[in-house]
Amino acid sequence: MKYSKPRTEKEATDILLAEKGMAKILAGGTDILVQMKAGHIEPDLIVDIKNIPGIKDVISRDGGYEIGAAVSGYDFNINPELKSFAPGIAEAFDLIGSTQIQGRCTMVGNLCNASPAADTVPALLASNCTAKIVGPKGIRECGIEKIPIGPGKTSLDKGEFVKSIFIPSRPDFSSDAYMRLTPRSEMDIAIVSAAAFVTLDSHGVCTNATISLGAVAPTVVRVKEAALLLIGTKLNDSALSRMANECKKACKPINDKRGTIEFRSHVAGVLAKRTALLAYERAGEKIE
Amino acid sequence: MCSKKDEMKKKFRVVGTRPIRPDGIEKVTGQALYGADLHAPNMLVGKMLRINEPHAIIKSINISKAQKLPGVKAIITFQDFMEVSTNKTNDILENCLANKKVLYDGHAVAAVAAINSEIAKKALDLIDIELEMLPFVVDVDTAMQKGSPVVQLGRKHENVSDDFSDNVTSFCSFGHGILEDGYKNAAKVIERSFKTPSVHQGYIEPHACLASMTADGRSDLWCCTQGQYNVRAICADIMGIEESKLRVTASEIGGGFGGKTTVFIEPIALALSLKAGHPVKIVMTREEVFKATGPTVSSSIDIKMGMSKLGIITAAHAVIRYEGGAFPNETYELGAQSAFAAYDLKAVKSEGYNVLTNRPAQAAYRAPGAPQAIFAVESAVDELCEQLNLDPLETRLKNAAKKGTKASYGPTFDEIGLIATLESAKKHPHYAAPLAQNQGRGISCGFWFNFGGNTCVSLNINFDGTVGIIEGNPDIGGSRASISQMAAEELGIPLERIRTVIADTNSLGHNDVTDGSRVTFSVGLATIKAAKAAKKEMCKRVAKLWKIHEDAVIWKDGYVLPAGPNAGDQEPLSLKEIAAMSAQTGGPIAGHHEVNAEGAGVSFGVHLVDVEVDPETGQTKILRYTVFQDAGKAVHPSYVEGQMQGGSVQGIGWALNEEYIYDSSGKLQNSGFLDYRIPVASDLPMIEPVILEIPNPGHPYGVRGVGETSIVPPLAAICNAVSRATNIRFTELPLSPPKVLSAILGKE
Amino acid sequence: MNKIRVGVSVNNDKIEFLCSPEDTVLDVLRDNLRLTGTKEGCGTGDCGACSIILDDKLVCSCLVLAGEVEGSEISTIEGMAIDGKLHPLQQNFLKHAALQCGICTPGILIAAKALLERNPDPTETEVRYWLAGNLCRCTGYDKIIRAVMDAAAEMRS
Repeated sequence: MKYSKPRTEKEATDILLAEKGMAKILAGGTDILVQMKAGHIEPDLIVDIKNIPGIKDVISRDGGYEIGAAVSGYDFNINPELKSFAPGIAEAFDLIGSTQIQGRCTMVGNLCNASPAADTVPALLASNCTAKIVGPKGIRECGIEKIPIGPGKTSLDKGEFVKSIFIPSRPDFSSDAYMRLTPRSEMDIAIVSAAAFVTLDSHGVCTNATISLGAVAPTVVRVKEAALLLIGTKLNDSALSRMANECKKACKPINDKRGTIEFRSHVAGVLAKRTALLAYERAGEKIE
Repeated sequence: MCSKKDEMKKKFRVVGTRPIRPDGIEKVTGQALYGADLHAPNMLVGKMLRINEPHAIIKSINISKAQKLPGVKAIITFQDFMEVSTNKTNDILENCLANKKVLYDGHAVAAVAAINSEIAKKALDLIDIELEMLPFVVDVDTAMQKGSPVVQLGRKHENVSDDFSDNVTSFCSFGHGILEDGYKNAAKVIERSFKTPSVHQGYIEPHACLASMTADGRSDLWCCTQGQYNVRAICADIMGIEESKLRVTASEIGGGFGGKTTVFIEPIALALSLKAGHPVKIVMTREEVFKATGPTVSSSIDIKMGMSKLGIITAAHAVIRYEGGAFPNETYELGAQSAFAAYDLKAVKSEGYNVLTNRPAQAAYRAPGAPQAIFAVESAVDELCEQLNLDPLETRLKNAAKKGTKASYGPTFDEIGLIATLESAKKHPHYAAPLAQNQGRGISCGFWFNFGGNTCVSLNINFDGTVGIIEGNPDIGGSRASISQMAAEELGIPLERIRTVIADTNSLGHNDVTDGSRVTFSVGLATIKAAKAAKKEMCKRVAKLWKIHEDAVIWKDGYVLPAGPNAGDQEPLSLKEIAAMSAQTGGPIAGHHEVNAEGAGVSFGVHLVDVEVDPETGQTKILRYTVFQDAGKAVHPSYVEGQMQGGSVQGIGWALNEEYIYDSSGKLQNSGFLDYRIPVASDLPMIEPVILEIPNPGHPYGVRGVGETSIVPPLAAICNAVSRATNIRFTELPLSPPKVLSAILGKE
Repeated sequence: MNKIRVGVSVNNDKIEFLCSPEDTVLDVLRDNLRLTGTKEGCGTGDCGACSIILDDKLVCSCLVLAGEVEGSEISTIEGMAIDGKLHPLQQNFLKHAALQCGICTPGILIAAKALLERNPDPTETEVRYWLAGNLCRCTGYDKIIRAVMDAAAEMRS
């Protein structure tokens, strides 16, 4: 195995492109080192992108924030501005692993690991985040949902890597939330998870909503039908239970060591309800 | 009660205090040396080749390619070992390294020693194994049925019925009275079936050893173990050498809980070292620990129990089926014996079966066999209380075993602490605290036998008046502190003047394994007697000096005084003064004691727990937890509390989330700490310990072992609490969110 | 073999080592530098026994490649007591009997130190969540939490 530390984006794409065997990007390493040790992958090349200028930066632009690929969970969550701007993304990021893992793990890594149970992905999806991809043909941008295409698989081409994630600006009276169900309170992988993003009018009526679910399908899913049921309501019980039912229907989960189809579908609805309510409360606090 | 306690407080000067443990500074500064921390010059790295199939015939093993890899110094398979003397040792060896068959997912078939771990890993990949897959069985009930795949032939005992498959190796039965009469007198009789999963001890330190063996058989082994003498006996037998040739030194041990009472890698490291002519170190990975070291048995248990309107258990019957992996073991007997130990019953019967499956060989885990059986019994008691509208604590008090009770497994109890423990729980504010919606309170009794056993202690009085104690049991949770305290107490000297070390196998006679909660009791007993022997010798020396008869001096509070008619004739001499003169009075002074200790005294505990269940997700949160346990005499109360708290939390993990999960191809799905979920700090509240001290008549200071009982009650206490919170009776562990939610949705 | 040369500061000592690309910081600490106070419990970041502070961040040293740490500052358990004087956390762990077997202790002490440097007055819940990545199988965590809270109080006064 070779280890390389490119100093520029171009150097990184060149090295990636030149490698004939398996090349892996290293930022926080909290997934790939585990996979290497378990013998699941045997990379021929590790490209450590942490020395590329700007890769650890958080840039405020266009009313949103661009988060560099090497920004760790710890870096994100000690930034009060980011936490109040996107509390749902912040809490999703914060749930990845332990304090120790927080010191290393990144959102881009979480996205590109392409696990259906990734914590940040439902939250990023609910907030319509985009990813900036560097490659041999230059820079391109796409919705984050285009990147994971199945468990462990991404749409990235050879030589490409994600350099940042953009959290776009939010309308007034908007907020988000993320929750997951794990058997333990910490140090666990989501059996099922949900994120919600809601926008209210000045009377507290929902004008826009996004609901996304994790660990209920091969990739994270956005449940448009469910979100629509919230629009025009103040998230009363009946709207919430109709929305939860719609979420259950959208689930195509599997039975595995972590949970059952029945459990995942039911709890997806429960968590969708709870996150929607939490996002609603957070958005509501901004009115007045 | 209170006056008795005061009396005991007055009696002791050092015992019952909370000094800083003598091995503490090394452990908070990183200096303490554990199994994997030793390096030897020219050391090789040993690694094992494990097969990820549950059951297969080994057709061939070809090591020729691996042997040619530069840096590889030795490769061994089962064929490198000679025949061993007993079935039991052979089972241990075959568990370390498969003979003709792979018996479980993770079973090793070969081992390599190389100059570094990279080369060792490469060499493992170059070993060619030809396997013929066999049908497998991992579930206890399935394995018992005729027609099930048979794990090992020829292991069935004569008293096992032919109605079962050959996987059922052993059967036992205990009890007294006539069950049918009892059921007739009951107001309610219930029959329930219970299941508990296989769980792992989960010590944080993986097994590790460093071995050096020369062609003449002289060998040294450094390893993390609960019993260096046991390691020596097994390894000497396997390697075909006399025990005197093998010196085993126990490193500091990073947790064991019973799981480090046998060997998994030690004979392999010795054999590799012999073949390579270098020291060899083997350190297991966490995956290897989960796949190839002993989890506890999984169980399937039937209970039939009758109770009168007033809450008297009129008859009780348990059928216990334990699956302990691919090799026979005796845990089923401990289960059958402990099932009803907490109760004074007129009619009781417990039967136990051991069953072979394609799983790793079970190893002891804290009160082995008891938590499963008692979970079933205590769940049944609780359900009867609920159905008959009886207070679960009062009902247990009514049936509680006491001095004079004939236990279901035979013996008649001496002084025991169960009633005092239950009374203490009854009076505690926890029992009366209000509960909110979706919350439930559970209670359970727990029991453990406590062991005594073979023990040696040497106690040397140094010329400067300090004392060196040599004992032979690895210190797994503060025993050097408690042993030093008992010696200081007996000798009447400050604790700081004593240093207790743990001997290698050449420096002291045989000691049984650190297990069965035996160390503070047995080693303490031997230490006190060794100190008494040293005191006797010191009295003799002083009598000689004073030219009076030995009987005319007495020992008091660290001094020798003239007594009887000579009282007051001489200035008392301190231990320090006597030590300083020892060269002039006959040479160094020492005391020692060797014993096969009896009178350990059984141990009881009662746990109270409050839980809250989220009715929408099935998730259980532990809100409050209180442990009541009889310690006889708590030598170092902090470490007694630690045993009570630690065992409780292991039990909480067992009740809520821990389990070995096998897929449909017989492979273990969760061989890591991510999906084998031991409790983390944020899962728990404080665990309140309440120590009771009902002196054990079998020990000079009243000490009773406290290490194991605390893992027994949590299973039923939590299950009873969840059952009461949800109004659904649960009979299968763990109570993971999917299982609880499924029951809640099923009820709706 | 394509060894990498790395210069770091470990417990304020400047050192250099050679490592393979696959080596983790934990491998180097334990096998090259013989700083065996940092323990390996799982190798996959699930137990926290190998916790170190890397440039002011708490990390699992088993999940950091040694090649990554060029120019970094590393603190391990061996550097926690200064000139033989125990850190208040170490003292309180002893006082509270917050260790039984002691294998998780170095990692927990390092993690707790990182916490108190950021939050000198944590609540019990904050301590429990911060330490959730440090498995202890002996104590049930009770005495560990108390020791950390008491050390924090002592350090505040």
